[in-house]
Amino acid sequence: MASYKPTKIQIYPKLGEKVTQDTLYWKNYKAPVQIKEFGAITSIDFSPVAPHNFAVTAFTRIHIYGPFSQEPVKTLTRFKDTAYCGRFRSDGQLLVAGCEDSVVRLFDVSGKVALRMFKGHTKAVHVTDFTSDRYQIFTGSDDYTCRLWDIPNATELNSYREHTDYVRCGVTSKLNRDLFITGSYDHTLKLFDARANKSVMTMDHGQPVESLLLYPSEGLLVSAGGRYVKVWDLLKGGQPLVSMKNHHKTVTCLCLSSNGQRLLSASLDRHVKVYNTTNYKVVHNFDYAASILSVALAPDDESIVAGMTNSILSIKHRKSPEESNEVSGQQRRRPSYRVFVKGKNYVPKQDDYLVSKPVKQHLAKYDTQLKKFNVSKSLDTALETWTRLRKPEITVAVIKELDRRGTLKNALAGRDEQGLGRLLNFLIGNVVDPRFAPVLAPAAEMILDVYRQVIGQSPLVDRQLLRLQDLLEREIDYQQDLVEVLGMLDTLFASSLPRMEVARPGASRANGLAQGEAGASRPQLQAT
Amino acid sequence: MVEHGDIRVVHRGGSKINYREPVVTNDSRFLLCASGERVKVFSTSTEECVHELRGHTDLVTGVLLRPSNHLQVYSSSVDGTVRLWDFTDGILIKTYVIGYPVYSFYASANHGGVLFIVTPTQSDKRSELFQLVAVDLPQSGDQQVEARELSAVLSDVSCIPATIGFGRGGEYIASAKGLDLVVYFFKKGKSYRFPLKEDNKKGGKNTFLCIACHPKDDCIATGHEDGKIRLWRNFNHKKEYTYSTLHWHHNAVSAMCFTPEGTNLLSGGLESVLVQWRYNQESQRDFLPRLGSAIKHIAVSPDGALFCTSHSDNKITIIQSCVKVSAVIQGLVKGESVTTDLMVDPRSKSLVLNGKPGHLQFYSLQRDKLLYNLDIVQQEYIHESGLEQFEVVKVAFDASGNWMATVEERKQKDAELEFNLKLWAFDEQTQSFVLNTTVSAPHEARITAMCFCQATDSQTTMLVSASKDGHFKAWQLPRSARAEDEGPSWSCDFVGDYHGLVPECCCFSADGSLLAVSFQEVVTVWSPASWELLTTLSQPPKAVRDLCFGRLSCSKYLLGTTDNNLLCCWNLLTCSLEWSTSMDVSLLLIDPLTENMAAFCYQDGSSDLFVFKPSEPRPVFSLKAVCSGKVTQAVFAPREEMLESCEESSQWLNRSQLYFLTQYTDLMTFTTKAEEDRLMATSKQLVIDDSVARTPFYLLLGKHRKQENQDSLSSLSAEMMPVPQGSVAIKELLQTPAHVLPSTSFLCSMFVQSLLVSVTDGREESKHAEEEMESEKEEEDSEGEMESSTTRPEPVSLGSQSAESAALTKAQLRELRRVKKLDHGWLTGLLLS
Repeated sequence: MASYKPTKIQIYPKLGEKVTQDTLYWKNYKAPVQIKEFGAITSIDFSPVAPHNFAVTAFTRIHIYGPFSQEPVKTLTRFKDTAYCGRFRSDGQLLVAGCEDSVVRLFDVSGKVALRMFKGHTKAVHVTDFTSDRYQIFTGSDDYTCRLWDIPNATELNSYREHTDYVRCGVTSKLNRDLFITGSYDHTLKLFDARANKSVMTMDHGQPVESLLLYPSEGLLVSAGGRYVKVWDLLKGGQPLVSMKNHHKTVTCLCLSSNGQRLLSASLDRHVKVYNTTNYKVVHNFDYAASILSVALAPDDESIVAGMTNSILSIKHRKSPEESNEVSGQQRRRPSYRVFVKGKNYVPKQDDYLVSKPVKQHLAKYDTQLKKFNVSKSLDTALETWTRLRKPEITVAVIKELDRRGTLKNALAGRDEQGLGRLLNFLIGNVVDPRFAPVLAPAAEMILDVYRQVIGQSPLVDRQLLRLQDLLEREIDYQQDLVEVLGMLDTLFASSLPRMEVARPGASRANGLAQGEAGASRPQLQAT
Repeated sequence: MVEHGDIRVVHRGGSKINYREPVVTNDSRFLLCASGERVKVFSTSTEECVHELRGHTDLVTGVLLRPSNHLQVYSSSVDGTVRLWDFTDGILIKTYVIGYPVYSFYASANHGGVLFIVTPTQSDKRSELFQLVAVDLPQSGDQQVEARELSAVLSDVSCIPATIGFGRGGEYIASAKGLDLVVYFFKKGKSYRFPLKEDNKKGGKNTFLCIACHPKDDCIATGHEDGKIRLWRNFNHKKEYTYSTLHWHHNAVSAMCFTPEGTNLLSGGLESVLVQWRYNQESQRDFLPRLGSAIKHIAVSPDGALFCTSHSDNKITIIQSCVKVSAVIQGLVKGESVTTDLMVDPRSKSLVLNGKPGHLQFYSLQRDKLLYNLDIVQQEYIHESGLEQFEVVKVAFDASGNWMATVEERKQKDAELEFNLKLWAFDEQTQSFVLNTTVSAPHEARITAMCFCQATDSQTTMLVSASKDGHFKAWQLPRSARAEDEGPSWSCDFVGDYHGLVPECCCFSADGSLLAVSFQEVVTVWSPASWELLTTLSQPPKAVRDLCFGRLSCSKYLLGTTDNNLLCCWNLLTCSLEWSTSMDVSLLLIDPLTENMAAFCYQDGSSDLFVFKPSEPRPVFSLKAVCSGKVTQAVFAPREEMLESCEESSQWLNRSQLYFLTQYTDLMTFTTKAEEDRLMATSKQLVIDDSVARTPFYLLLGKHRKQENQDSLSSLSAEMMPVPQGSVAIKELLQTPAHVLPSTSFLCSMFVQSLLVSVTDGREESKHAEEEMESEKEEEDSEGEMESSTTRPEPVSLGSQSAESAALTKAQLRELRRVKKLDHGWLTGLLLS
């Protein structure tokens, strides 16, 4: 006597991206907290000391948020015009910011009024930063200059007029107090040494430079401008290493993950891309609602903060380990240890008579019903909410099995409004999926056959039928469009392939390759 | 044409064992069933065939235990005889010649010496009318007895054995045919007829299909076509009979049986569920579901411990009291059609074809036994008529037997064809095929041909499948196994087509360097390494049907057959037609071990066989009218050991054997006379003692022991020739009556071993002998010691005696025998422990 063979659930090829370690890591964030600011958010900076507050520069204010608060813990408002580039000093006590009115202001984080005002620039100051010795400030301005200021005296130490366009980004070295790098709209990056009066290294990015980033080791420099992200080797005299073009709009901001293994770039195309810093391949991608101007990662990647042009600040916090394990933990509830282990470790004695218990075959709920030929019930169990939404392939497999047994009609018939509604819901969700269409399209036809008499009796069912009809019409349009595109592609291929290939009878290699990729288990496009 | 007298076509294996109800012997150790012209005796515990009772010259139609002697069995046959056998030894005791074909027969303990047989009313065989007649078996000592005393009991009965049954104590006999139930009472000599209406209101069909009479009660159970079971009571009155109806089966009830005490009724049908009804408490039922296929017969052993069901897929299941399947005796499954070609598994050398629905069967040709069924479809089989099921339609093996590819398809009306390509890897641990890759819908239309690259030395194997959608695809296993936990899986490597024509067949050359694909009338030759189209060959105007590359010395030839009855041979070096001949070839195949090719030609309603070499103009062998009808499936199976026939005509059979399926799916083969003689000789040797349960372990050990005996015997004869006593002792051993002796196998091995040891241990033996001379008492002590210690000293004493006694008297010998017998008891005990 053979045992019951459970219904075969077909494994479909996963659509979409592959699940990698990176996806798991970067997906492990909670739903974003969104805060409305007063204007476009141009800069976000995390305080280097705990509790790692972050300063958000937007319009004429700088808000300082705590790591978990949704309200600013501090607001700096003494700007006459749009503020730019609020940056913390390495001890987290002072904060510097530029302004549209060309004045650079230095704040005490706990105070409200600016401690120092550095006047000297003639145009808006977009870049400010502290040098690593903590006593000087470096600024870059739209008047094409960058300057060094002394904090205690509030005097200008040096001024460099080498750029020929706006200076919009810059970084200071964390290891050497005299080095800083600026990027300008004149497409160049310049490395300055405070001990010399002019730049010591110049690199050409080829696009207006929007953002700069130094690796913690400071051997590599990353610059973003236009659609490109470029990596430069400073130790080899500014030799370009990699050029990446993964965005389709200007890249606005760069940041590095806490372990330095991943690079993030934000762009006006509303994406944040995560790169692996060993091979510079994109390993993950975040979507946002609007163009992103600034992005920052909290230490230990605890949260991702992104500021957008529509003045929304989006904060995503990492899930705590308990939370991320919660889902799987709930599934794995088992009987208590004592019940579980009872009798398992009993060693039979010499004259014990062993009565073996037949091993019970565990079957899924729908299979137990199928085994008893309860076709309607098995379809009901397969249509339970969780299965229907999370594992549509199970529901489809059960429908297919019922069809194979010739009892699909019986299983579909005799449903009340609610049951039919659920069935139609499932169909609407999945009937156009090319993986399921061959099974579900006949089932939909059958439903229409069975319930033809009751159309018009229930508004709920009627609405769903209309939706189904609408969906199918749209799908047919899609398919027609696809066929048209296919025809266009064919002409393109035919004209681009060498003549010999065309003349030769038999299949072209390209055709073989294209089909081969989908070969393993090919979902077929199907016009319904 | 050469005439070949000594090669003939014979049936090979795979005879039906489900034709008639099996019989279980009283001690439940053996199961007897009719199988073609023989009766097979199976062991119920080990499923092995113990004996074959041969003697009938036509189909055996029934087997019955003799009511008066439970060690003897009757068998009836269409050849007009009833034979009485001793089934434990497989000896024919008596033949009763009746003179009319017997279609079924019955016996009852209360009618001693009378058999009830069903024969056609007219004496000619074609008659549709049958009658039940009683035959008095004459008491006579002769081997062959004429039994011509026939007396009619009932006329117009059915020839199906299940429709007639003896009632309680043999008082009446009940027979059902069509819509009538007839009960004949022997005492009254009267028969009552109980008709049923043709159709009741619900549209059920009331036709009787089987009948079972309660052994202790006046009750007849009848099974009907609509799945109902009726229990008839009070039928000894014409008018006041009653019946009650049981309904569980949704299809026809094809078999029923009461248990010997009458407590339970068993029934079965197409659903392949054995249902056990409690008698008088019919609402209580037990089920034994999923027995594999439709139940045809049910039998119960006389003690009620074992149930046997025989199934439509040529299988007998032995069930222990409706709880557990204890054994399955499986013959070659013959479906209605063999959609897969015949294949030979290169590893087990077994024949592979589709058997049970959704399965492949691996059938050992040498042992005539089903090795195993491989579940290809892996879906629950729903036993319902009119349901379209998945069928395995194509199978291919690679050269080493590591990979198998199968195609299964299911065609539903007004729905798309569903079909899957599955690739199976051979698993060394489980010694079976394990599913590796499933490709659902590998092509857009039905697959027409499929073949593996047959080159044995290539690193990767390649599969090519051609389909009606105009493409052929090459599938390959990626060599770089990725670091994922699931192993590598097959994927499509290349898709080819040729002017949108439909590829019909494909074939790899022996070294795997060329692939030939035929597109209607054009044969394209491709290089699998670069997927370049090398050349095209064609022989218009008709499509190519079969393609075959030559092998070994003929590997430069490509052969094909066309629809307009042409057999063409192309030379691949010159890319031109070498020769062609006009014959209607229905099947062309090549022997994988030699360069011979076989072509079955259809001519005048029968098939002819030609065996030829592509390089030679004259056929090696030809045989006209091999069988009637077209031969579409055949295969060359390699032999286990080569034949050494030097005759030119039979040389092609030396290395492999040609099997083919006829129109009626009979498996046939070609044999030579020499081979048949040898087979007869070996079958005579293979009489097996059945005192021990014939487990596989026993078979292994028993054979080993026997071999050992032979070895030792031969060495003994070599060494001991000059010693006359040994031979005397053996002669004595042979002269004593057999019933006094213990089992010969024990005796022989003991005796021979004892002799051997005595020779090697000469020194100890002489010392021992001296001790023996010295004092009787001590000897007794030492004897005691010996018994307690090991087996070794015992043969020493034996050997010493046989060695020293130059002239033993008969009395002494007898004494020796007695001692030997005494000792054997504990010796065997020791051996067995």
